[in-house]
Amino acid sequence: MTSIALKPSAHVRYVLRLADTCLIHAQRLAEWCGHGPVLEEDIALTNLSLDLLGQARALLSHAAQLDGQGFDEDQLAFLRDEPAYLNLTLVEQPMRRSSAHAPGGDFADTIVRNLLVATWLRLHWQQLLGSRDAGLAAIAGKALKEARYHVEHAADWTVRLGDGTDESARRMTAALARAWPYVGEMFADDALDDAAQAEGLGPRRSALREAWRREIDAVLGAAQLAAPPDSPYLSTGSRGVHSEHMGFILAEMQHLQRAYPGGRW
Amino acid sequence: MSENDKPRAEWPLWEVFVRARAGLDHKHCGSLHAPDAKMAIQLAREVYTRRQEGCSIWVVPSAQITASDPGDKDMLFDPMEDKVYRHPTFYELPEAVNHM
Repeated sequence: MTSIALKPSAHVRYVLRLADTCLIHAQRLAEWCGHGPVLEEDIALTNLSLDLLGQARALLSHAAQLDGQGFDEDQLAFLRDEPAYLNLTLVEQPMRRSSAHAPGGDFADTIVRNLLVATWLRLHWQQLLGSRDAGLAAIAGKALKEARYHVEHAADWTVRLGDGTDESARRMTAALARAWPYVGEMFADDALDDAAQAEGLGPRRSALREAWRREIDAVLGAAQLAAPPDSPYLSTGSRGVHSEHMGFILAEMQHLQRAYPGGRW
Repeated sequence: MSENDKPRAEWPLWEVFVRARAGLDHKHCGSLHAPDAKMAIQLAREVYTRRQEGCSIWVVPSAQITASDPGDKDMLFDPMEDKVYRHPTFYELPEAVNHM
């Protein structure tokens, strides 16, 4: 099945950056399904994944509508090529299965990533409630409740693991160090942010940095952890230039739709 | 076996009570393992209310529940078998109050 090509406006790309971050984050979290550290947390992680997938679906449908070429959410999710995905690089990093190139695969990595991303998304949803794009504002209204819970879930775990045993604190510290180099991208503005801010579509990313940092520091403080030093490295997933892991995610995610076009449950 | 798969100490068990709607009572719906009370509420939300089963959750440490001994069942409950007069339907009411 051949790929689709969007000709996305700045407006569509602004929506896709959020949509793809939710989608790929959901895909990674779904890797825990059947592998959670305990039954209850297995269910919790897959519930988080399903919330994010629901948010991604709503945003992708909205982006498809704005794009106006008659594509639907499934085509946007499964038939774009890698450079057309605009998710944060952080969410495509290995989560459960680590590799020689990318250690991870620790429950601590999952909790740290959830905390960083859920807080970032929740701040977006809050701001997007006032978007001049009524569709986006409506999606934000629904997503905000879910994101509040996601933040609480991640924060509660962060405190318990950070302020837990020497071993859990050591793992959380290592997970923070692995995730932190990808934080810069979360607040790096580009032309899309300028346009979104100017048109009342949504916040520029740099505008969320201070509130995000305050909330993260409060949680880390309660957990007896500290944020690692900021890194000058700037990842570029939200501009379509991805890490080596993205291709493998898409291969797994897209295989069925590519092999059996239009296949449905 | 990776480090993650090593057997570990079990979390304590919690009994979960869910209120389906405002005005109804909390009903026992099951139990789960959680490290503490707050996480027990969160995990109960995930496990027992994911299909809109509730609007309020209680959790109680299972260890705090004192239960009757199943071995005492005969002693505790069988003596009530022949005491039908403890049911209000046993009594015939006078005509004057029959519809009270």
